[in-house]
Amino acid sequence: MRLHFSRKLLGIPYAVFLAFFVIIPMLVILFYAFTDKEMHFSFGNFIQFFSDPTKLSTIVYSLVIAVITTAVCLAIAYPVAYILARSKMKKKFVILLLFVTPMWINFVLRVNAIRELLNWVGLLGEANYFNTIFGMVYDFLPFMILPLYTTMLKIDESLYEASADLGANSVTTFVRVTLPLSAPGIVSGITMVFLPSMTNYVVSDMLGNSKVTIIGKFIYEYFGSNWHMGSMVALILLIVVFLSTWLTGGFREDEPARGSSL
Amino acid sequence: MENLPAAAVAEKTIQDKPHPSDHIIELQDVTKYYDDNLVLDHVSLYVKKGEFITFLGPSGCGKTTTLRMIAGFDLPTSGKILLNGNDISALPPNKRPVNTVFQRYALFPHLNVFENVAFGLKCKRVINTYRNDEGKEYSKKERLTKKEIREKVEKALALVDLEGFEKRSIATLSGGQQQRVAIARAIVNEPEILLLDEPLGALDLKMRKEMQIELKEMHRRLGITFIYVTHDQEEALTMSDTIVVMADGLVQQIGTPIDIYNEPANTFVADFIGESNIFNGTVVGDKQVKFCGKIFSCVDDFDRNEPVDVVVRPEDVQMCAPDAGILKGTVISVVFKGIHYEITVQVGKYEVVVQSTESRREGDVIGLNIAPDGIHLMKPKYTSNVFDGTITKHNTVKFADGEFECDVTQLYPGSHIDDEEYLITAGGEKIDLTGAEVKVEIGLEDIAISDDENAGGTTGNIISIIYKGDHYRLIVRTDGEEEEDFVFATDDLWNENDRVSVIVPKEKIKLTLKHEEDKKK
Repeated sequence: MRLHFSRKLLGIPYAVFLAFFVIIPMLVILFYAFTDKEMHFSFGNFIQFFSDPTKLSTIVYSLVIAVITTAVCLAIAYPVAYILARSKMKKKFVILLLFVTPMWINFVLRVNAIRELLNWVGLLGEANYFNTIFGMVYDFLPFMILPLYTTMLKIDESLYEASADLGANSVTTFVRVTLPLSAPGIVSGITMVFLPSMTNYVVSDMLGNSKVTIIGKFIYEYFGSNWHMGSMVALILLIVVFLSTWLTGGFREDEPARGSSL
Repeated sequence: MENLPAAAVAEKTIQDKPHPSDHIIELQDVTKYYDDNLVLDHVSLYVKKGEFITFLGPSGCGKTTTLRMIAGFDLPTSGKILLNGNDISALPPNKRPVNTVFQRYALFPHLNVFENVAFGLKCKRVINTYRNDEGKEYSKKERLTKKEIREKVEKALALVDLEGFEKRSIATLSGGQQQRVAIARAIVNEPEILLLDEPLGALDLKMRKEMQIELKEMHRRLGITFIYVTHDQEEALTMSDTIVVMADGLVQQIGTPIDIYNEPANTFVADFIGESNIFNGTVVGDKQVKFCGKIFSCVDDFDRNEPVDVVVRPEDVQMCAPDAGILKGTVISVVFKGIHYEITVQVGKYEVVVQSTESRREGDVIGLNIAPDGIHLMKPKYTSNVFDGTITKHNTVKFADGEFECDVTQLYPGSHIDDEEYLITAGGEKIDLTGAEVKVEIGLEDIAISDDENAGGTTGNIISIIYKGDHYRLIVRTDGEEEEDFVFATDDLWNENDRVSVIVPKEKIKLTLKHEEDKKK
């Protein structure tokens, strides 16, 4: 019998990868989240999490920080992306590159630099939440600019002309043409910034003078002592992210712009 | 280079009255540069209210730019655009009572058919007059009501045969349907002028023919002015009341389709519109012209011995018995074209193209006759090449982005060059010509080209090829800063846009000093 090599066989390495690094770990988290220290099935972690005001306030703080960070990133990135995408400048990629280059520099180095800067102006330890958000905006801004820029670059220039031709002034054109057509980029940018700003506790630790605790920090700390509680928090975070993605329409299949630039 | 005034024909008709009331659009001496590229060169023209006017020309002729300036997307570098006599040159597009049908439709992909068509109506504000309780009239600027918008959109969609398509998304429509939505979206605003930028370019031939008739019918029903841009001469001839033929940023001719076809203003128009035989001829007497080695009677009056371009439409050449015609030749090819045959006849060294419903066999010897009103004479645009040049220190001449060897002794009769490259006049005077400005003249027959870029004095691209019965007339534009044109005759067939180098034999470069003071030095 001849060995038949079908194309399906090419999928095996990926199936193995997904099983070992995605599905099994998820099941492990699920298992730990719903067991107690004796490995008996229990809702104890779940009840404990939602009855502890400190834990609840942490998740609210994380959400607020993430929302503000995302909003500030969007507010800064949108005009930049719009101007760059529509400019006829020949060297505009240089400017884009300048916005994006910090991404390629070591993350810890960047946060340290910001820390020194804040220390120098005397803000370190004085305005912990401001510092945290400032650092996050600085770190995550490129992730907002890139998807917005690529989406806007794809908008045909003649659509702006058509809008003006039909009597729309620049405000109307923005509201009725630019904004709806750049929506996939906005959604994409939000997802790229929102999740890391909920979990990236390196920024909050270093810039918030260890006074700001976000949900990611929580998970890290629990995995030092209590895997069961840590798994529960990770699971809750997963659900929050899933919900926010679903709400912004990120699971629709006609969204080619989602993260396409990265 | 001899440059005839841009739109000699156009300007004459325009300058009569300043702003006659039936001129809805008027371009006054409009010039447009994109960066450093001249795309429109002092163009003046007007559009009459209610007419269907077409800007026709090859790509890059400036026709789309002209349309975009009327729409307001581009601003003229200099000159004025008048709408009903008012200067609108600097008005933004949303303030102009014109609407555009874009080349690739530019429909909004996030809106459905109804929303696309309603887009302009939703931006619109109308002034409504009311009477208050005391009977006083007052007026308010208001948006159209939902009902008004719905009615107008439905009417516009009915006009383009798209009833019932309101809810369809743009992506599900065929090219032809998108085209119709684009037209509906423009005319629903009841513009004074509808601008159409090659609107049928993306459709297949049959659909294009249908849309041509529908657009013409729409123009008749709406009664508004249509300004249409196309490179398709047949489309222009079929649809237009007036055609503006453009090339190289200049208006070549303005006229009715019949005028443009029957009385082309120059060889470019003759070659671009329809098929034509173009020959070099000479006027030999009163309404007598000699070309293809024979003398013909014609209707155009030119001075005796004047060189002319002769244009003969293929359908104006009659075939007859071998000895009954003025010309006699051998059929070298016969092509069936549907309604007629295209027969190419070799007459001596000339080729004559004939269109006839009768066929002939290859190899047949036939006679050809041309009636006097089938012969159109035109003043040739080019009689020689003239450039501004400078003499270098090695006694070569620099012009047209290049450097050519030349004979500088022609500047001073009886002079010669000494060992140190100085010019010694007949009187023994020693002259340094370095930097002297000269006029360089080269005949149409004295230029050759080569695809070896280093073979000649300068390089350029072929921008125009016109067949003249026994040779081709080429124009090569240099690709350096000066962008000079070389016009010349050649027997070889080249392709447009070929990159070539220009060769001029040393003895064929005719020089004259520009300044007398250079002579005295």
